[in-house]
Amino acid sequence: MSFIEVRDLKYTYNAGEEDAHEALKGLSMDIEEGEFVALLGHNGCGKSTLAKIFNGMYVPLSGSVKVDGLDTSDEKNQIQVRRKVGLVQQNPDNQLVAGIVEEDVAFGPENLGIPPLEIRERVDEALKAVNMYEYREHAPFKLSGGQKQRVAIAGVIAMRTKCIVLDEPTAMLDPRGREEVMETIKKLNREHGITIILITHYMDEAVQSGRVIVMDDGKVLTEGNPRDVFSNVELLKRHKLDVPQATELAYKLKNAGIDLGGVPMNTLECIKLIEDYIK
Amino acid sequence: MTESNVIETKNLSFTYGIGTPFEKHAVKDVSLTIKQGEFLGIIGHTGSGKSTFIQMLNGLIKPTSGTILLNGKDIWAEPKKIRNVRFKVGMVFQYPEYQLFEETVIKDICFGPMNQGLSEADALKRAKEAAFFVGLPENLLEKSPFELSGGEKRRAAIAGVIAMDPDVLILDEPTAGLDPMGRDLLLTQIYNYHKERKNTVLLVSHSMEDIGRVADRVLVMNKGEKAMLESTRDVFSKGYELRDMGLKIPQVTHIMQKLKLMGLPVDEGTLRVEDALRQLIPLLKKGEQK
Ligand SMILES: Nc1ncnc2c1ncn2[C@@H]1O[C@H](COP(=O)(O)OP(=O)(O)OP(=O)(O)O)[C@@H](O)[C@H]1O
Ligand SMILES: Nc1ncnc2c1ncn2[C@@H]1O[C@H](COP(=O)(O)OP(=O)(O)OP(=O)(O)O)[C@@H](O)[C@H]1O
Ligand SMILES: [Mg+2]
Ligand SMILES: [Mg+2]
Repeated sequence: MSFIEVRDLKYTYNAGEEDAHEALKGLSMDIEEGEFVALLGHNGCGKSTLAKIFNGMYVPLSGSVKVDGLDTSDEKNQIQVRRKVGLVQQNPDNQLVAGIVEEDVAFGPENLGIPPLEIRERVDEALKAVNMYEYREHAPFKLSGGQKQRVAIAGVIAMRTKCIVLDEPTAMLDPRGREEVMETIKKLNREHGITIILITHYMDEAVQSGRVIVMDDGKVLTEGNPRDVFSNVELLKRHKLDVPQATELAYKLKNAGIDLGGVPMNTLECIKLIEDYIK
Repeated sequence: MTESNVIETKNLSFTYGIGTPFEKHAVKDVSLTIKQGEFLGIIGHTGSGKSTFIQMLNGLIKPTSGTILLNGKDIWAEPKKIRNVRFKVGMVFQYPEYQLFEETVIKDICFGPMNQGLSEADALKRAKEAAFFVGLPENLLEKSPFELSGGEKRRAAIAGVIAMDPDVLILDEPTAGLDPMGRDLLLTQIYNYHKERKNTVLLVSHSMEDIGRVADRVLVMNKGEKAMLESTRDVFSKGYELRDMGLKIPQVTHIMQKLKLMGLPVDEGTLRVEDALRQLIPLLKKGEQK
């Protein structure tokens, strides 16, 4: 049994009404405990909808989703599911509810019924993990875009769920901030065994995952390890995606008759391949 | 002040929460000129003051000290006319999805031009062009803006500002949240629009690759101050300094700099993949023949 099992999942907004919109059109996938999965796909392909289904905010219209064996369609499992899957939503403002940063981070664990002393500890730790500890007494609405994003991530880290789904967590971050978030995510995954599902439009982040799942128009298009998926540049481009510049450079060199003999995932790999080619 | 400067700032500063314990000097003493018709990239770590700075340029917030000249005139000389400044200097906010509030997407896009005094028919025409321009499919125009996906909302908000056809277009992270193709398309379209209209564009972005592709010059903000304002090439030749400020250089520039250090005769100021290919293909082909 996988940690998350999705079987022939369909989801429709405003089902039965005139403006019904089928967002997920029969989709199946398995996510194992401890995996780091990147979920990619064009705007509107259903990634955020799926994320909200993973943590039980929405329930499938048909098909089934099981989280750690719990059927998410069953209302009595709802609280349990939320304890297992934490979600950092696409827009941090939706998530920042309290007047002070640290209260905001405490909100999730409070809802899970964690004792106050432990909450204190978790909040400090989570804020430090995202480098926002010195802002703990600030008002969230006064923070810059990137700072808000990091507070939202801290809020979910503090819940210490088995699985964390991050919906475009680095969209508003500077390059170092993005690296820091990626390091934080990888550390949570590696050292704490937390299952990570990262939704992103940044291909240079996706290449750092263990497995990439590409969605297209409410369905799964392809999946595999990053190197295999990103070797298929044509397929990705056809479905509105891309590859990192380093990968693109090697790909276009190959098209011009210069085969570097590999698919680089980052700048260092690309430089190494060119160096070897020259020798 | 020469004719070719569209915006000039003199010792511009902004402090949030003056007199409170959270007083924050967000922008400190920034003096610079922006040339008519240039494409200026703005980069800087989160919280470096980029959004605060550009919001002063269109009169949305008033500087704590310093002045802003728009075509040579102090924009705060007549505070009652500040609205006109906002028509001339159009701004797409960071998280622009919060600017959407009308019943339908198309009404939302029409809001700006209608406010400028255009007739409903003219506003609708402009709105449709703008929607097409940002790649928003026709079938979404009658939907409620709240029913759009993240990337679709972003496009709708950008269309709303472009429909006003401003002289200076300021975009705060417009491509964040767009899928790669949407990002590419929007960037190309903004670039083409700029070339065609010869208007001034200010683009705030955390994507060094995007800035490298389109900007003539780059303003680097660091802790509220102007750290650099130079040609894109010169800015991205300072990788170490940028790194210290939480920034990076485009991947392709990084690769070319390293190849140059290895002794290959390439341009270390290369900013686009196409330009790298133009140099590398003949070089590596030659290597093959040896
Ligand atoms: N509340 C809603 N009501 C009706 N339709 C919706 C609603 N939310 C999303 N949709 C539609 O469902 C589809 C999937 O939306 P979703 O937000 O899951 O996409 P996404 O893959 O996360 O896109 P993005 O990359 O832009 O965030 C889109 O076409 C969108 O217009
Ligand atoms: N309304 C506000 N009240 C108090 N402080 C604020 C307010 N808005 C922003 N700040 C602070 O001012 C500083 C500059 O913020 P600004 O939003 O201009 O940064 P930015 O460069 O646009 O960042 P980002 O890249 O994250 O969007 C930050 O430290 C931020 O916390
Ligand atoms: Mg989404
Ligand atoms: Mg900002």
